[in-house]
Amino acid sequence: MDNPYLPYPVRIESIVTETEDRNLKTFKLVFLDPADENKFSYTPGQFAELSVAGLGEIPIGIASSPTEKGFLKFTVNKVGKVTTHMHNMRAGDVMGVRGPLGNWYPWELLEGKNVVIIGGGFAFTTLRSSIVYMLDPAHRSRFGDITVVYGARTPGLLLYKDELAAWEQRSDIRMHITVDGTSDPNWKYNVGFVPTVTKQKAPSSDNAYAIICGPPIMIKFTLPVLTELGFPPDRIISSLEMRMKCGIGICGRCNIGTEYVCKDGPVFSLEQLARLPNEY
Amino acid sequence: MMSDRFVSKDGLKDGIRRLMERRAVIGPVFRGQYHEFAQLAQVDELDLTFQNSRLSPKGLFHPHSDRMFTYSLAKNDPEAGILKEAPQDYSPRVAVGIRPCDARAFQLDDANFETETIKDPWWVRRREATTLVGLGCNQPCATCFCTTVGTGPFDTAGLDVLLVDLGDGYLARPVTEKGRKLLDEAGFAAAAPAEASSRAGELRKAAEQSLGKLFSTEAIAGQNTLELFNAAFWDEVQFSCINCGTCTFLCPTCWCFDIQDEVSGEKGDRLRLWDSCMFPLFTHHGSGHNPRSQKLQRVRQRFMHKLKYYQDKYHLGAACVGCGRCVSHCPVNIDIRQVAQLMSASCIC
Repeated sequence: MDNPYLPYPVRIESIVTETEDRNLKTFKLVFLDPADENKFSYTPGQFAELSVAGLGEIPIGIASSPTEKGFLKFTVNKVGKVTTHMHNMRAGDVMGVRGPLGNWYPWELLEGKNVVIIGGGFAFTTLRSSIVYMLDPAHRSRFGDITVVYGARTPGLLLYKDELAAWEQRSDIRMHITVDGTSDPNWKYNVGFVPTVTKQKAPSSDNAYAIICGPPIMIKFTLPVLTELGFPPDRIISSLEMRMKCGIGICGRCNIGTEYVCKDGPVFSLEQLARLPNEY
Repeated sequence: MMSDRFVSKDGLKDGIRRLMERRAVIGPVFRGQYHEFAQLAQVDELDLTFQNSRLSPKGLFHPHSDRMFTYSLAKNDPEAGILKEAPQDYSPRVAVGIRPCDARAFQLDDANFETETIKDPWWVRRREATTLVGLGCNQPCATCFCTTVGTGPFDTAGLDVLLVDLGDGYLARPVTEKGRKLLDEAGFAAAAPAEASSRAGELRKAAEQSLGKLFSTEAIAGQNTLELFNAAFWDEVQFSCINCGTCTFLCPTCWCFDIQDEVSGEKGDRLRLWDSCMFPLFTHHGSGHNPRSQKLQRVRQRFMHKLKYYQDKYHLGAACVGCGRCVSHCPVNIDIRQVAQLMSASCIC
């Protein structure tokens, strides 16, 4: 019997500091046993438990795309015991990964549709995975227009800056990068909160789905904008965060109503969320 | 059809002694002030005159603290930081004296631990290794309400064998093939006279009649989730609760657990430990956000999960078997039967 609690051993290949406050680092992980990589077959939107022996596990969204072979990427905010320890680890160190866990963005439904991605702050990780996946030559034709609104407080707090710049240059994705404010005179993108910028850019809801991930305050003020633009609740997709342990729907911790966020989620449509107790 | 057998009181001891030579036998023993399920060192420890154990026997399959993995943290160890499964004993064992409600609870817990896609290896293997010999309840306690929640004092659903105390001996009813084999192994071969089986039937009827139907789980299943969630009565229900967690600790269908690492020198263990939705830390995010920071939210979660969410998710009835432990041990007299009545009422005004 496979033990779903046993992490795959991985080696940290590289660590990149993403933000100017140095609180977010991206870890590129390589499986010690190459056979484990095949067992870890994932879809954008899923997460994994990162394991550090002696400290514990943390649930983190997968930032790499399944189209990127040979490694996994996780962008980790320094918050508690495990994440603080990880921020002090070095390339070459061994840790564990358990997953993939949870459901994913509804790629079957998104097929042939326009996709509007709205992200804020460091919740952009599984959205990065999704963008890389959709832009892959093998997948790009499956989707219509791709529009991205991504905001952070300052330019230095944006994740994946090199990739953002590269996507800006492409004609098959419409990027709207924004910051709450900046003193940089050379800042060439938008200034303003995500809800405001979404309203200004007004991505069409025609034949479209919206995927929204970010801090609760951003989601709260962006949802009315999306509704105004004509997105119905079943076409607004979001991803929940809850405290988790097992990640496989057994330990009971992330229960909301009939759902376990770790197994039945973390991805829910607004329509599904409306039927659940508002306890997240 | 597997037929009933009869075994005298001394015969039962002899049979259990025989079983103990070959496998671990677990049963109710009196320790301190209460009965608890423990492995028998000698057959005389077994006390089948008990009403019920204070702690449910869920620990047989889901121990309070369980070593999941071990690992080395030694700097020069090439395997350092890599988790290995901790050795476990899955050799066959027998649990004697399990009350029918607790056995039914194991089945309700199975829905959580063993799904089509994910199986909890520890729970599943321990379940497979264990033969459950139940004991019918001739005299249910005042806090029992098993028949209200779809089980009963002589329910065989979760058992391999049901014993019925007939005074002068036991009726031993094999329920499963596993149970029949166990009776053979113990040497309980004598067929029960028809009179013994009918006496057991009388005892069952009397026990069932002593229990009323106190509320309807179907009515709760029929309620709108959000209306129940937002009902005003939670404020009253939660008022006296001190969030001690006794109810979840004793409950046979409370399985929630925590996973923690524990390090000693250069060796470490990953453990799983019972946890409780009554505790604020249960849902406390690393960011400081807590979706159930209020006592009312936690009390409501416990009752809603047992009586509503579980029903709606698995369609196996409520996650409550009416054992009454939470009723009799709650330090502030919160009574799940009254809460269920509030929840099942169609109008709460």
